[in-house]
Amino acid sequence: MLSFSRRSFAVAVATAAVAAAGLAGCASDSSDAAPDSPAAGAGSTATEAGSAAGAGASAAAGAEAPGAALTVKDPWVKAVDSGMTAAFGTLVNTTSADVTVVSAATSVSPMELHEMAMDNGKMVMRPKEGGFLIKAGGTHELSPGGDHLMLMKPSAAIKPGDELTFTLTLADGGKVEFSAVAKPFAGAQESYAPSAAPSMAGM
Amino acid sequence: MTIRRRTILTGGALAGGGVAVGALGALAASGAPKPGAGAGAAPDTGSAVVAFHGARQAGIATEPPAHASFVAFTLPGGTDRRALGRMMRLLTDDARRLTQGVPALGDTDAQLAVLPARLTVTFGFGPGLYSAAKVASPVKDLPGFTIDRLEKRWSGGDLLIQICADDALTVAHAQRMLIKDARPFGAVRWVQTGFRRSPGVQQAGFTQRNLLGQLDGTANPAGGALDTAVWAPDGSTTLVVRRIRTEIEKWDLLSVTDKENAVGRRMDSGAPFTGVNERDEPDFAALDAGGLPVMPDYAHVTRAHVTDPALKILRRPYNYDGAPNAAGHPDSGLIFASYQASIERQYLPLQQRLAERDLLNEWITPIGSAVFAVPAGCAEDGWIGAEVLG
Repeated sequence: MLSFSRRSFAVAVATAAVAAAGLAGCASDSSDAAPDSPAAGAGSTATEAGSAAGAGASAAAGAEAPGAALTVKDPWVKAVDSGMTAAFGTLVNTTSADVTVVSAATSVSPMELHEMAMDNGKMVMRPKEGGFLIKAGGTHELSPGGDHLMLMKPSAAIKPGDELTFTLTLADGGKVEFSAVAKPFAGAQESYAPSAAPSMAGM
Repeated sequence: MTIRRRTILTGGALAGGGVAVGALGALAASGAPKPGAGAGAAPDTGSAVVAFHGARQAGIATEPPAHASFVAFTLPGGTDRRALGRMMRLLTDDARRLTQGVPALGDTDAQLAVLPARLTVTFGFGPGLYSAAKVASPVKDLPGFTIDRLEKRWSGGDLLIQICADDALTVAHAQRMLIKDARPFGAVRWVQTGFRRSPGVQQAGFTQRNLLGQLDGTANPAGGALDTAVWAPDGSTTLVVRRIRTEIEKWDLLSVTDKENAVGRRMDSGAPFTGVNERDEPDFAALDAGGLPVMPDYAHVTRAHVTDPALKILRRPYNYDGAPNAAGHPDSGLIFASYQASIERQYLPLQQRLAERDLLNEWITPIGSAVFAVPAGCAEDGWIGAEVLG
């Protein structure tokens, strides 16, 4: 069984953004960002690819192709030694047409689009049916406790400061690439209710 | 496999908080910091911003804000250059956001980030960091001085983060966020928090008093002299942090005349014995009626005097005042922080002169000591320390 923590959270009204304070996305029970042991820190891993971009570059704006329908602002991913983790940020639709993100991919893990929802009075995360819709000219927040990009099973530790590259696929087949820095983060520990994904049973 | 909703605070219960989050959303969208927008115009002190990016790090030549926290870390054995690079990218990103009134990525209390109050975050690298990176260190530990009574809990450090702002809550939040991103890489070694006069209490640029009542910083270089004294051509500098306990119970035994003799300045005006105003240059050749120097040889000002602007140091100290003990004796002193282009050329000779014959030593005791190289600043797409660790 996955462990979880009970957390207070705030629902901020009258803002498009989900409250940044408060609850969590999801991850496995072993997901605490443990101290970066010297031994673990020394090795090169797949997740360090692209580290030259650095947190600095990703801070200014998520990487995206010129003229892309979608940009990803302030992307980051929760560092984990092992197990599930999630990527967050703000999806910004700069066009005059609605955009739907239907899938996400990264080289280091299979991924799903997730939402947080009430299930029998309990908050759980689950796959987001139909993907994330970003209205024309609108934004869509991916945050701990809200919608997020789930890394189901990273192939290696994702260490603080690592840079990961992601590709979002849009409903029209378009692709949006961005890189996100890994941050130590204690939250984002909700549990997973794989109701719509039988293949994920037992995770 | 579930999480329970324990508490839900609705918008109504969050009157202020909800507004603040709204302001954050606007910030995130525009990227233009307008701290406090929507919650009523923030006073100037709260919304004031110091630029983070540049050839030199902020928090050095800028007028010291009212509050500071110096946080030193110890790197575990085996830390390598790659890990240090990851750490400094993360910390630089936090600093560039927080100093501009923008929450850090994953900021768990984002509302606390919107009033920077002149927040600066300055990074220093101790000798141990260079050794971990297998790079020659530009600084080395100070030699011992006879006056030292150094305690390990206030000494040394591989990484230093100096956090300064005109508001203690802002400093606390920045410190929290920075430590969260630094602790996967190292352990907190010591934290020293200090204070100066709050904004609006006295004229900017007015020399402040320390807890011994002395005007502190009169001889600081300014303008072009500051540039000469502090900065290496590559935009780097060095930092000495010394925790200097004041023996206030002994100080209290002195008359005003005694106190003035220890320093060579008048307590009220700060003027040297040979002058009328604080900024008057002391005349060390002047003799009194008995043929003795008017400025005593053992006085602090005499011992600390430096004529060559290139050999001056920039003092940027903060007072500390802990809890008194059961007998009511204070735990007070100075977090002495000085910036200079070269510790060996500027700080060491000066400190040597003070250590051997400064009368003030009777009432002050160095209990902590650390040295750091302060790398150059960085551009918007860079990170602090890249020229060392990149």
